[in-house]
Amino acid sequence: MAKTDIGPPHYEQMLPPIIKENYGKWKYHEILKPGVLVHVSETGDKLYTVRVGSPRLVSIYFIRDLCDLADKYCDGYLRFTSRHNVEFLLSKEENVEPLIAELKEKGLPVGGTGNSISNMVHTQGWVHCHTPATDASGIVKSVMDELFEYFENMKLPAKLRISLACCLNMCGAVHCSDIAILGIHRKAPVVNHENLKSACEIPTVIASCPTAAIRPNPKLKSVEIKEERCMYCGNCYTMCPSIHIIDPENDAVSIWVGGKVSNARTAPMFSRLAIPYLPNNPPRWPEVVDAVKHLVEVYAANAKKGERMGEWIERIGWEKFFEISGLEFTDKHIDDFTHAVTTFRSTTQFKW
Amino acid sequence: MADSKTPLLDQLETGPWPSFVKEIKKMAPEKPAAQDLLGQLEVSYEEKKGHWKHGGIVGVMGYGGGVIGRYSDIPEKFPNVAEFHTIRLNQPSGWFYNTKALRTICDLWEKHGSGLTNLHGSTGDIVLLGTTTEELQPTFDEFSEQGFDLGGSGSDLRTPSCCCGMARCEFSCFDTMDLCHNLTNAFQDELHRPMWPYKFKIKISGCPNDCVAAIARSDFAIIGTWKDDLQIDQEGVREYVKNGLDIEDLVIDRCPTGALSWDGNELKLEGKECVRCMHCINVMPKALRPGKEKGASILIGGKATILQSAFLGWVLVPFMEINKDNDYEEIKDLLDKIWEWWDENGKVRERVGETICRLGMRNFLRAVELDPIPQMVFRPRANPYVFWWPEEVK
Repeated sequence: MAKTDIGPPHYEQMLPPIIKENYGKWKYHEILKPGVLVHVSETGDKLYTVRVGSPRLVSIYFIRDLCDLADKYCDGYLRFTSRHNVEFLLSKEENVEPLIAELKEKGLPVGGTGNSISNMVHTQGWVHCHTPATDASGIVKSVMDELFEYFENMKLPAKLRISLACCLNMCGAVHCSDIAILGIHRKAPVVNHENLKSACEIPTVIASCPTAAIRPNPKLKSVEIKEERCMYCGNCYTMCPSIHIIDPENDAVSIWVGGKVSNARTAPMFSRLAIPYLPNNPPRWPEVVDAVKHLVEVYAANAKKGERMGEWIERIGWEKFFEISGLEFTDKHIDDFTHAVTTFRSTTQFKW
Repeated sequence: MADSKTPLLDQLETGPWPSFVKEIKKMAPEKPAAQDLLGQLEVSYEEKKGHWKHGGIVGVMGYGGGVIGRYSDIPEKFPNVAEFHTIRLNQPSGWFYNTKALRTICDLWEKHGSGLTNLHGSTGDIVLLGTTTEELQPTFDEFSEQGFDLGGSGSDLRTPSCCCGMARCEFSCFDTMDLCHNLTNAFQDELHRPMWPYKFKIKISGCPNDCVAAIARSDFAIIGTWKDDLQIDQEGVREYVKNGLDIEDLVIDRCPTGALSWDGNELKLEGKECVRCMHCINVMPKALRPGKEKGASILIGGKATILQSAFLGWVLVPFMEINKDNDYEEIKDLLDKIWEWWDENGKVRERVGETICRLGMRNFLRAVELDPIPQMVFRPRANPYVFWWPEEVK
């Protein structure tokens, strides 16, 4: 019988001696080159960090390889970042280059620091979830292959965060990223009246709809969906297996831009709709990859130094963003949910 | 390869970014579940849809959360992923590991599961990807023997997470990792036994750069800040300028409140105007540091889309001392009050931010015994639909 309520292992066991000794004493840091940081302590100690890209979905063999490298170069310690990268923590400067050489040999990319495109925060997709409108791992691999140079260098105006969610539950950071890829449905779900009454709790299903498109059907002991009110969020399917939303013909991908979470300069921002529809095209999703690459290039060519995607767009105005990017502006871009009017342009100030 | 069984997925083995397909293939010779996962995923790529059945309620004795049940909807084709459940293991603070701990995880997961993982789930957990119902209890027993416990899932306190804080960052305004570990342990019952209207997430960032995205991804965001003026090393500033930093364009003009000025020799700060956005410190980390009177701002209500659209967390407590010596009593006290009110008033599957919006900040603030202050809003309301308390009118 297991011991319960013991919580996670204590973090102190997981810290290399140099961190234990300099905990809370760090004075400043520098990025020595893409993927390599040095933190300098008030005691004069220096800690070197080598940041490495990971596919997030990894086997135990991958982890054991990391452990071998950490044992060899880092006294047996390493960490993971909040964007799923791996960080090797070195107390000896002379170990940095040999570690990087060995990482290269193993095909593990070093980068993700400073004004780069770091790893993509992403979700389960067709690998493990039951509500996705697209895959996660496959698109991430395809986008990161195409934008690989931006992971390995720091030539963008500012950092650029890309994230992906395979449905609009938006697990992860899609609602607050510079560029976000989001799986969407485009057709109202189909109700299986036969088994709904035994599989689902009807009041919960009704309450799950943001636009109140679901009403009870007492005759059938089931529910009706008012199709013209449904915007295909799929939350009723989350609550009820008898409501089918997955539709390979129409499920697709949308692209969002301009979100951020840091408070630097401007307040945190939500990502906003840039491209309402791109097809699901496995295994390489070329339309999605091209669209993301185009947005990165347009941003890189036009933003000021130090300016995040959202800050650039807010400065030039969204009408200018659509003009410069060449993206089509459609009725889909105009908000029609609660408080939509706060996003309308209540001023005569705009550019032609 | 003409005879390949996974021609679509094979295309994702090429290219410079590390390949998840290679990772699954590494496990396939040893684990039939990995082989079948690959097969089923290939079918998903052909048909452009997932092949997991809806939901699945499984778990371990004594807990109500921590395991995500998953069943294939084509088990006749892929019997080895007929059951393919995920176990969430609570990560150590800041995702620091020694290799002994990681090797233990690998050995136990090789024995009990698919050998596939996510490092890490978005909330922070170590995700053990794929095992059978029968293996759940023995897996948990062995992990707990080795000092690992499950993380959260369902309508409970989810696994808290934090940035690396004082372990490796000069910006950190308090000990994020200790606070994260402390809160996780203090609320083990709330984490393991779902008893609330919906999920509740805590994230902890040491400064307003917010490296764990607490403001966007947690109901209760603890974000480090300071009360006095930021510390300026004038010699250090001159050094940056001497080395070519365009301080006027990249620092002075970018300050959101115009609190900084540069006279060619000294950086001047109008301390009262500073909103602690971190920009100048980020640009000149060798010369500028947060102030000495440190603590945290608490923001409430952050969440993703469902149901009322995404919310960013908003200011609840502008400044709280983060006090290790009294076991973080102030934070725990506030959390208790919030949970008591939300548990009583929240509807089924209503995040705390949505409950607050439905019932009004004024009711919420009364319940958690906080005074309204201007820092809570960008601007006051513009409509006159104002409620008064009965005791305020004759």
